[in-house]
Amino acid sequence: MIKLENIHRDFEVGDQIVHALDDINLEIQQGEYLSVMGPSGSGKSTLLNLIGMLDHATSGSYYLNGKNVTELDEKQEAETRNKNIGFVFQAFHLVPRLTAAQNIELPLILAGIDPSIRKEKIDKVLEELNLTDRAHHKPDQLSGGQRQRVAIARATISEPSVLLADEPTGNLDTKSGHDVMKTLESLNDHGITLIMVTHDVALGDRSKRSIKMVDGRIESDTLS
Amino acid sequence: MLSKDFITLTGTSLWTHKLRSFLTMLGISVGIAAVVLLTSIGEGIHKYVVSEFTQFGTTIVAINPGKTTTMGMSMGVFGTVRPLSIEDAEALKRLPYAKSVVGFVQGNAELEGNNRTRRTTVYGTGHDFPVAFSMPVRSGKFLPDDDPNSPRAFAVLGSKVKQELFGNLNPLGQRIRIGGDRYRVVGVMESKGQILGFDMDDTVYIPLARGLELFNREGLVEIDVMYDEGTNVDQVVKGIKRILMARHGREDFTITTQQQMLDVLGSILDVLTFAVGAIGGISLLVGGIGIITIMTISVNERTSEIGLIRALGAKHSQILSLFLGEAVVLSAIGGIAGLILGVGIGLLLTTAIPALPIHTPWTFVILAESIAILIGLAAGVIPARRAARLDPVEALRAE
Ligand SMILES: Nc1ncnc2c1ncn2[C@@H]1O[C@H](COP(=O)(O)OP(=O)(O)OP(=O)(O)O)[C@@H](O)[C@H]1O
Ligand SMILES: [Mg+2]
Repeated sequence: MIKLENIHRDFEVGDQIVHALDDINLEIQQGEYLSVMGPSGSGKSTLLNLIGMLDHATSGSYYLNGKNVTELDEKQEAETRNKNIGFVFQAFHLVPRLTAAQNIELPLILAGIDPSIRKEKIDKVLEELNLTDRAHHKPDQLSGGQRQRVAIARATISEPSVLLADEPTGNLDTKSGHDVMKTLESLNDHGITLIMVTHDVALGDRSKRSIKMVDGRIESDTLS
Repeated sequence: MLSKDFITLTGTSLWTHKLRSFLTMLGISVGIAAVVLLTSIGEGIHKYVVSEFTQFGTTIVAINPGKTTTMGMSMGVFGTVRPLSIEDAEALKRLPYAKSVVGFVQGNAELEGNNRTRRTTVYGTGHDFPVAFSMPVRSGKFLPDDDPNSPRAFAVLGSKVKQELFGNLNPLGQRIRIGGDRYRVVGVMESKGQILGFDMDDTVYIPLARGLELFNREGLVEIDVMYDEGTNVDQVVKGIKRILMARHGREDFTITTQQQMLDVLGSILDVLTFAVGAIGGISLLVGGIGIITIMTISVNERTSEIGLIRALGAKHSQILSLFLGEAVVLSAIGGIAGLILGVGIGLLLTTAIPALPIHTPWTFVILAESIAILIGLAAGVIPARRAARLDPVEALRAE
């Protein structure tokens, strides 16, 4: 469960202050599927980074699974991120010199998990995402859709409770975009909280819940 | 993170930029090779000089006239200095543990024999000289054990002098002139070669009393006492002091043990080794700057990757150690290559120029490798800290 209370995120640009997030109050239940829509610069990515603890609120409180995470130190934050949060980016962000399997393995390596357990998990996720025969390919030998599926596999390998996707289909054609959406939604069906930023109204309509952001505020929060 | 994974991640990262990694390692290699080679030469010279000094054994005590400190300042100005006499040397022979006592005067004189002349070093010394300094006689005999105050006019030739004056003729029994006085050749020394630059074969030995006369000197230049192996050197020094003080009434002489000589010599040579090592250290410094440069470039290039692994849950400390690890691997492998290079060039030099003393002690090897690793750590710290402190959101935006 995610709970944001009176969240502000200000950026100082020269002598001007940009209110990227302006008094956000938001509660997201475990297993929800939420799309975040809104015009460019409305604060969607800032909101996602904050939920992912990559960014910090200027003021306000953030509770993740009942715990006030605004009070965590750098180490605890990293551990929480590693265990509870998965990121999927528009630009994939795969490490170019590592193979698909090695990229997927990264969160487990950072957590110091035993290689034999890692192998088991990776084989399973590769199978699920239809990537088994691509396991030893480098990112530049994969298609865009395959790359994003590798990124999804990496985001979910630690079995996090929340999956944050910032325009996951932004760099993909319709067909691969569709595959990636299917993959994300099936993960949601299995209980993961899916929060997805998108510009695409058609994609936004697929989720049960959708919020619209304007100028750092939540303008509407609708259930369908 | 498991150490095996740590090594894999570091390795693949360096392997991706093979040429760059190789060149950076090369920088460290050259530095380490320079340090190892130069200090090895310094250490080789050290060993060489010390072995030259100790070839007469370590159980020697030298006595020189005048009271000098180790700083070389003569204290003679504060009072009259009695010269060391032949009688002093004779008196020292009474010391129970003195194996032999040899007095010296030394100078240059003109030699004339077999109608040839040669200017050479002349030593006035005693009967015990060949035994004390293990310089064997090749033919004939050394100077006889005459009355030290009125010895017969006998001379013993160094092998080179013999060759120059007499060629292949037998010089034994021949008459020569040294500084105008007539001597009879009674022996020829075995060839000894050079010791610290002195040609020991270009010499003539005559009795001590005649040497004093020849060079018109009041006293001996030096008396050397060889003592029994098992005797404590302090006891020997005390014994010598007692005898000479009784004879001179005051301490107007200087006793130098072989150990003191070695200590002074050793500290001078250590400074030499350190100085050449420091010169090599400059190239090591350049190698270290190479690591800083390449690691800084690497951090810049991998900014978005750093942002990513932060998003995947990497701690500051993990990013810090990953980049430090790369720097240390570069310097450690570079260091090993440098050691091989340095020792290899050393071996080549030894084969090419056998006279050049080169010696690489194991401690140098370990020290050099530790220095290489330390340089890697020091050079890696700045870029690695920068990597760890990157803001993950900003880093992810970089492309
Ligand atoms: N590091 C920063 N420094 C200054 N201003 C920033 C920074 N990051 C974001 N902003 C500002 O905060 C606002 C929200 O940015 P954000 O990236 O969240 O928008 P977005 O909704 O994700 O837009 P897009 O749809 O174009 O991705 C923008 O006005 C942006 O200029
Ligand atoms: Mg955005």
